[in-house]
Amino acid sequence: MDFSTDVQASVLAVLPEILMTILAVALLALDVVWPDARKRDLGYVAGVGLLAVIGVMLVLAPPPGEVSDQLLLGGMIRHDQLAQIFRAMVILGGALSCLVTMGVPRLQHRGDFYAVLIVAVVGASLMSAAADLIMAFIALEMTSITLYLLVGYLRGDVRSSEAGLKYFLFGAFTSALTLYGLSLLYGFTGETNIYRLGGVLGRSDLPDGAVAVSLALVAVGFAFKISAVPFHFWTPDVYEGAPTPITTLLSTASKAGSVALLMRFFLAVFPPAGLLGALEGVKDYSALWVQLVAVLSVVSMTLGNVLALVQTNIKRLLAYSTIAHAGYILIGVAAISTDKSAEGAAAVTFYMFMYVLTNALAFGVVILFANATGSEQIADFAGLSRRSPWLALAMTLALLSLAGIPPAAGFVGKFLLFRAAVDANMVWLALVGIINVIIGLYYYLIVVKVMYMERGPEDGRPVRVDTPYVWALGIAAAGVLLFGTIMVSPLVDWATEAARALYILL
Amino acid sequence: MELTVESLVFLLFSLITLGGALMVVTTRNLFHAALFLMLSLFGVAGLFALLTAPFLAGIQVVVYIGAIAILIIFAIMLTPQVTAVRPTNSQWIAGVVVAVVLFALLVSIVTPLMSELGVEGWSAVFTEKNPPPVPADSMARLGEAFVDPQGYMLPFEVASVLLMAALVGAVMLVRPARGAEDEAPQAGAQE
Repeated sequence: MDFSTDVQASVLAVLPEILMTILAVALLALDVVWPDARKRDLGYVAGVGLLAVIGVMLVLAPPPGEVSDQLLLGGMIRHDQLAQIFRAMVILGGALSCLVTMGVPRLQHRGDFYAVLIVAVVGASLMSAAADLIMAFIALEMTSITLYLLVGYLRGDVRSSEAGLKYFLFGAFTSALTLYGLSLLYGFTGETNIYRLGGVLGRSDLPDGAVAVSLALVAVGFAFKISAVPFHFWTPDVYEGAPTPITTLLSTASKAGSVALLMRFFLAVFPPAGLLGALEGVKDYSALWVQLVAVLSVVSMTLGNVLALVQTNIKRLLAYSTIAHAGYILIGVAAISTDKSAEGAAAVTFYMFMYVLTNALAFGVVILFANATGSEQIADFAGLSRRSPWLALAMTLALLSLAGIPPAAGFVGKFLLFRAAVDANMVWLALVGIINVIIGLYYYLIVVKVMYMERGPEDGRPVRVDTPYVWALGIAAAGVLLFGTIMVSPLVDWATEAARALYILL
Repeated sequence: MELTVESLVFLLFSLITLGGALMVVTTRNLFHAALFLMLSLFGVAGLFALLTAPFLAGIQVVVYIGAIAILIIFAIMLTPQVTAVRPTNSQWIAGVVVAVVLFALLVSIVTPLMSELGVEGWSAVFTEKNPPPVPADSMARLGEAFVDPQGYMLPFEVASVLLMAALVGAVMLVRPARGAEDEAPQAGAQE
């Protein structure tokens, strides 16, 4: 079948990317034109600009209804609800990262920093929509290469440079393996569009081993991007060493885009036989990746949570927590192959949305705290509730959400994930997840205890909160709270609608 | 097994590629390693030419040998004290084991595929009597595919945005510090 050639639909499908590219170039220009004293406002231009892109995208560029109209520009991208919701969260993560950059003294006035950051967001946004091996790889690299640069952006800071180099070496290695896997898939089928590729692969007569190896190679790249065990080694060092806004971006935009691509890729290239119309002789490779994802999920959750227990640095704690959360998300990914009601994919989508908001909130507080005290040690958070009650409350909300306690959105997210696993006949996976949530409670609540119960030496001296922070933390906190209480059903409905698009193949 | 001119040429280029690559990782002198890398890349270019992909062969020579390898040599010459390196470390045995296992795995995948495709013997592809014709305008088609909205226009344009960002970022990473600017901006902007 052919792809849609509608020009207007094609432009609308990549409208957010076009607007963000223009924004990045505009920031580079403003960086030259504006006087130094005004350059901190570049952060507003970047942050508010990205928020505006979300608005424009949601209003002007709703996805076409038919799947044949959604595959555009030679089948490079699929403009569906899934792309839409993941783009929204990716761009939101980017916007919040830009706003919190405005509190980092060495970066707040750097137009080039904002521009490169936005290009990383463009890459993550394309990942959410990519429907072609070439597009997927370029989008993946677009996020990776810009993030290598951004992680090492603090020149003269040894930890930042070390983190940049570690991330680069690990990333280049896993990218090469992924590319090898992708080229094997192309070699087997002669197709680059993932939907056509899936059709050809299902009807071909390839040895199982060949498909399994190419699948495993591709999975390496995804596992690296979402920091799943055993490709997690970079995570703590990079999270600790990178400028904190970039840590925010890593754990929000980059992760969300990768999760979207992961779901779309696996379901389209290795679909369960039922999805291809249950023709006679269609081969079903989905069991391969379901098993792989389930195993990755269990080891990521367990290792992440256990190692987080002994951390004393808040950024390292959140890094191990992000590994554990990659495990929780993979529970939902393992569940997507069996259910047609799209429950698993909807749960993953909801979870990712709340995770973006939660992590932006947590890292925002960490930046403010580090600026005020020069410390990222958990012990130094002592007495934060007396110094800045609102900040302590925001951090508590983020930690409750990560731990999965109501009224924060994390509770609903975890509930949906575990329910999806149970419905997909993976009760054991849900049980492992629940045990891990209990382990996680300990180290999240320790931080809350330190903030509220212990007394610090500087009790009473409030931490300064600038205007951009009020906005960034306000948006994130409101989201975490609302999507955990009264706004649950609108977001779940949107996520479910998005998830259904995954199951409509060519 | 029938030895033809093509299979001899294939053997030659394969030896150049693999031998060069082996020397890259075993030689102690970093400068020599860069030169061997060029040799290895030349072998790859030869393989492309043999596969009737003249454009890729040319690009391989121009971009990889002409630009990237030269860049590596510049970097080595401008960086003092790194010209001699120890090519092995304590983990080399593990590395060799992993490499051998991976190679065996890949061979075990490709062999059944080959037999399925009816290809017998390593040189069969090159001894095929009637290879499918290569269109004369393959380069023009490649160029058109890059700018065709129904072809590869989007990845092509996206790659250029990526290059722009990489360029900006790279310049910012290596440019000389301008006084206090890297440390902190004016007090007014900060507070």
